[in-house]
Amino acid sequence: MTRISVKVDGTTYQDEVEPRLLLIHYLRDRLGLTGTPIGCDTSNCGACTVDLDGVSVKSCSVLAVQADGGEVTTVQGLARDGEWTELQKAFHEKHGLQCGYCTPGMLMAARDLLRENPHPSSDEVRHALEGNLCRCTGYQNIVRAVLAASGQEVTA
Amino acid sequence: MIPPAFEYARPASVDEAVRTLAEAGEEAKVLAGGQSLLPLLRLRLAFPELVVDVGRIPELRGVREDGDTLVIGAMTTHHDVVTDPLVRRHAGLLAAATATVADPAVRHRGTLGGSLAHADPAGDLPAVILALGGELVAQGPRGRRAVAAGDFFVDYLQSALEPDELLVEVRLPKADGWGFHYEKFHPVAQSWATVGVAALVRRDDGHIAEARIGLTNMGATPLRATAAEAALTGAGGTESVARAVESAAEGTHPAQDTAASPEYREHLARVLTRRAVLAAAGMG
Amino acid sequence: MTDQAVQSEVGRARPRKEDARLITGQTNWTDNISVNGLLHLAILRSPMAHARIERVDVSPALERPGVVAAFSGRDLDGLGSLPCAWPVTEDIVLPDHPPIAVDEVRYAGDPVAVVVARDRYAAADALEAIEVDYEPLPPVLDLEAALAEGSPLVHSDKGTNRSYVWPLKTGEDFDSVRRRAEVTVKRRYVHQRLIPNAMEPRAVVVTPLAASGEYTLYSATQIPHILRIMLAVVTGIPEHKLRVIAPDVGGGFGSKLQVYGEEAIALAVARRIGRPVKWTESRSEGYLATHHGRGMIQDVEVAAMRDGRLLGLKVDLLTDMGAYLMLVTPGIPILGAFMYPAIYKMDSYDFTCTGVFTTRTPTDAYRGAGRPEATYAIERIMDELAAEVGLDPVELRRRNWIGHEEFPYTTIAGLTYDSGNYEAATGKALALFEYDKLRAEQADRTARGDSVRLGIGVSTYTEMCGLAPSRVLRDLRYAAGGWEAATIRMLPTGKVEVVTGTSPHGQGHVTSWSQIAADVLGVPFEDVEVVHGDTKAAPQGMDTYGSRSLVVGGAAVHHAAQKVVAKARKIAAHLLEASEQDLDFADGVFSVKGSPEARKTIQEVAFETFTSHDLPDGMEPTINAEHLVDPDNFSYPHGTHLCAVEVDTETGQTKIRSYVCVDDVGRVVNPMIVEGQVHGGLAQGIAQALFEEAVYDDEGNLVTGTMADYLVPSAADLPEFVTERTETPATSNPLGVKGVGEAGTIASTPAVVNAIVDALRPLGVHDVRMPCTPERVWRAVREARS
Repeated sequence: MTRISVKVDGTTYQDEVEPRLLLIHYLRDRLGLTGTPIGCDTSNCGACTVDLDGVSVKSCSVLAVQADGGEVTTVQGLARDGEWTELQKAFHEKHGLQCGYCTPGMLMAARDLLRENPHPSSDEVRHALEGNLCRCTGYQNIVRAVLAASGQEVTA
Repeated sequence: MIPPAFEYARPASVDEAVRTLAEAGEEAKVLAGGQSLLPLLRLRLAFPELVVDVGRIPELRGVREDGDTLVIGAMTTHHDVVTDPLVRRHAGLLAAATATVADPAVRHRGTLGGSLAHADPAGDLPAVILALGGELVAQGPRGRRAVAAGDFFVDYLQSALEPDELLVEVRLPKADGWGFHYEKFHPVAQSWATVGVAALVRRDDGHIAEARIGLTNMGATPLRATAAEAALTGAGGTESVARAVESAAEGTHPAQDTAASPEYREHLARVLTRRAVLAAAGMG
Repeated sequence: MTDQAVQSEVGRARPRKEDARLITGQTNWTDNISVNGLLHLAILRSPMAHARIERVDVSPALERPGVVAAFSGRDLDGLGSLPCAWPVTEDIVLPDHPPIAVDEVRYAGDPVAVVVARDRYAAADALEAIEVDYEPLPPVLDLEAALAEGSPLVHSDKGTNRSYVWPLKTGEDFDSVRRRAEVTVKRRYVHQRLIPNAMEPRAVVVTPLAASGEYTLYSATQIPHILRIMLAVVTGIPEHKLRVIAPDVGGGFGSKLQVYGEEAIALAVARRIGRPVKWTESRSEGYLATHHGRGMIQDVEVAAMRDGRLLGLKVDLLTDMGAYLMLVTPGIPILGAFMYPAIYKMDSYDFTCTGVFTTRTPTDAYRGAGRPEATYAIERIMDELAAEVGLDPVELRRRNWIGHEEFPYTTIAGLTYDSGNYEAATGKALALFEYDKLRAEQADRTARGDSVRLGIGVSTYTEMCGLAPSRVLRDLRYAAGGWEAATIRMLPTGKVEVVTGTSPHGQGHVTSWSQIAADVLGVPFEDVEVVHGDTKAAPQGMDTYGSRSLVVGGAAVHHAAQKVVAKARKIAAHLLEASEQDLDFADGVFSVKGSPEARKTIQEVAFETFTSHDLPDGMEPTINAEHLVDPDNFSYPHGTHLCAVEVDTETGQTKIRSYVCVDDVGRVVNPMIVEGQVHGGLAQGIAQALFEEAVYDDEGNLVTGTMADYLVPSAADLPEFVTERTETPATSNPLGVKGVGEAGTIASTPAVVNAIVDALRPLGVHDVRMPCTPERVWRAVREARS
């Protein structure tokens, strides 16, 4: 067992963990932060995307011990005092989700994109989200939502 | 799926890492960014007794110049490679190819050294380092040694690193003045390259003075298209480039898998080499 | 329609009520559920396609830390066969399907043993300790070879790999129309196997109350109601002691329309050990264990006249059932049987479907279920016929389709299409697509011999959805009805609960049903909540599949709300001292004709029933109402899809340049949700055309066993779609709606492949097998040129 200290959505946790424990299982099974789901075992789907030390990562491909001393933000830490972020609002208003399973990862990946590129083109949005799979939306409304959250005009 | 159990070490320095590896013998695995290793562990395709996490060793990160050489720490992430001004200036081919690796989240964790040490011929970066004529510097109990890229990739998923050696840095001769292009052909955006072609071209008076071609996924290791490189010397137009690249697949042994047959890969190697060279030479 | 409220909600693009928890991570996926003492169940699966089980020893697993129990198939005897509810013929070969294999495994992934441990890591480790000896048996993989004399058998006791032969012959004899035809075109099309890939992997949690023999089962399922009945039969747990909950469910696309072995195993194990258990599949496990879709060889022949007029259609199908018949496996191609003639008039139809067992994961419903296969075959061969008779493919369709003035129209397959307007949808689509301009560019590229060709694909589809009239289901030998239930509960404070028997998993029923109820009741949208997916809270229903929910379940909500209004009217009349006939009802307010100040809101009436202080004599103190709808007919969405594809003839790479669709799904409750359904459907249909295939090797192992190998497209792989609608209301339900969940998937696959073939036809290419990978396109070009 290895001792780790991780700050998640503003709260610092100290735990003894097996080295093999995946960050996603640490979040879900140990901390009860089930807002971030698991969708695959090869890091292709991106459903488990969280922010680790300021950048998006796939929490199924990071060991909890690798996050030791780090700061994690999950979908559950986005809204402040119940106030949704622009991205969350845009996903709602543009119907950027259906079943919602990919949504936490999409939000975290889109957030990462807008941090680096505040006014992306539609093509840039599509490429920035290429590691996040959605089976419901055909992506069109997700792209619209990200563009809208960046303050750009979105047709339809 | 769930990784098998393993012991974990997180050395703070290269020396400590090398000592740890030396003590562990063959049962240790180095954990760099983990973007290849973690999926392998989760699918239970690897069963290391010890995982040595070298992700927290500061000296392994970053990019610096050393005269005519660009030195990139093995643990520099793909994201940092893509955005680094020195890499963009002196090894634009590497920046361009690295930007096509996987997806943004994977590029935040995955590292240059990890990709190279993994020695997957379907990975984009081995062929690029080969084309750039890079050297890979390993450190072990017997000290440091530099291995030319052409000698580093030994076989499928097998590098020249000894079990007690750690890849510490990649040294690239500055490719200032060379035109470059990485042509990646893949069925969907996040899949591996069916075939990739890394092209570097130096032009002289409207002709190709020298071309260096690295091929991704055309055999058990990344390969240089040496016959095409030779034929390209002196080529001066699209017609002559097209003729020269007919030999691009010579000496390759591509695999059969769900993405493509060997025959199709050989065809792609020729077409993509032409496109990459023309783009690199500014003739496309 | 009666004197109801103004239709203010239906037709509005309401952002969804469902979103709040989904975008903040306050979700309740089955794998999120945790209870004290929860144990984790893991399943050991067969590593080979076909083998006799010689020995299973689970005892070494019991030695592992944290392991509570372990069972082989034999240890869990007492479980019945997993059900097939659709034995399509009287003499169908219907093998037993043990939830966990006992003597023989018949596909790679067949469950062999289970362990139960204190956490998922311990359970995964313990699986490796179980010892199994297999005696390999020959795999059965090729559909035609499987039917040949002397083929190895999937089920040796059955003596054949043929499950059933289902014919449908209508109109003039096909041989007769073939003789008088001026043109015949015959083609073979192949539908690859597809993996549905709902983003949420399947999961099951069972919490037992051992003392009273009561069980609650949470499952990532589309069908909590059907599942409860079937699991009661399989496990012997009495139906009234079993509660099934479908919590948040992350997509299904048919893959969660199933009664799975793991659900029965989890119940059996929880019953045996008296502890709560959870099983969650990993993605790669799901690729083996969750049913697949499609998997069909189609021999299709059309007979026509030189002017393009169709005379008849002959269809012979071989369909891959996989190793077992699951819930509706045999019925999937039969759902398509009626759709091959599509929107076209003809004199003869000759259809035969043969179901074949193979040693692969069972197939069953996948988005569209039989209808994409049918639409693909007819829309592909219509393009071949157009080329043969030298007509523009749109013109050929125009010469054969049912004119808008001909509805209702009974097709050669025997369905009565109640409404439609193919001219309108096609006209709109052609204009949006700039069809003539693209044809001109195509001709130009062909003339120049451009290495990048342009192709245009058209698909004028229809489908049957809104499953289903129960009597029709009887005639098709389906074991259940096709009705749907809704209950409206008017709460004392004026709030409304709509209880629905549909079970949404991404479709937005909470929002759309709120809109329907709000309109009829005249209450604010926000005052309505929708209850679903729990057999205790919403006890009656037929669940969600086949684009049925709005057409049948939405109609039930509408009718139930009307019943509420009718009951409320009696009370309002009594309170306002007026006769019922003298009351107007609009926007939720009863008022006396001529004296509008005398008024009662329906929400006030609800409170009156709560106090019951002043109700009419003999009046039951409630205005709650229930309604069950059993539809008289299917509904028939239709539309025209146009796709332009650029094909790089040098590499075989294809790129969708534009995609336009005009769908007619009848009246639209929420245009934003409808558009989203179309987008998602398009993505899946395009994925079949271009990317996805479950590939098996010669031993019967799934080669595309992870998401790294099975190519689900991302945002970067798909184009921007132009989606528009025409609106020809359905006549078979009061809302005029038709269903939209599958339309995009059904229509898009042939549109894309038609475009690719159209681009290459001048080079001599007549077909490219799906998925049209770059290598397949390149080979097609090369073969045509040589």
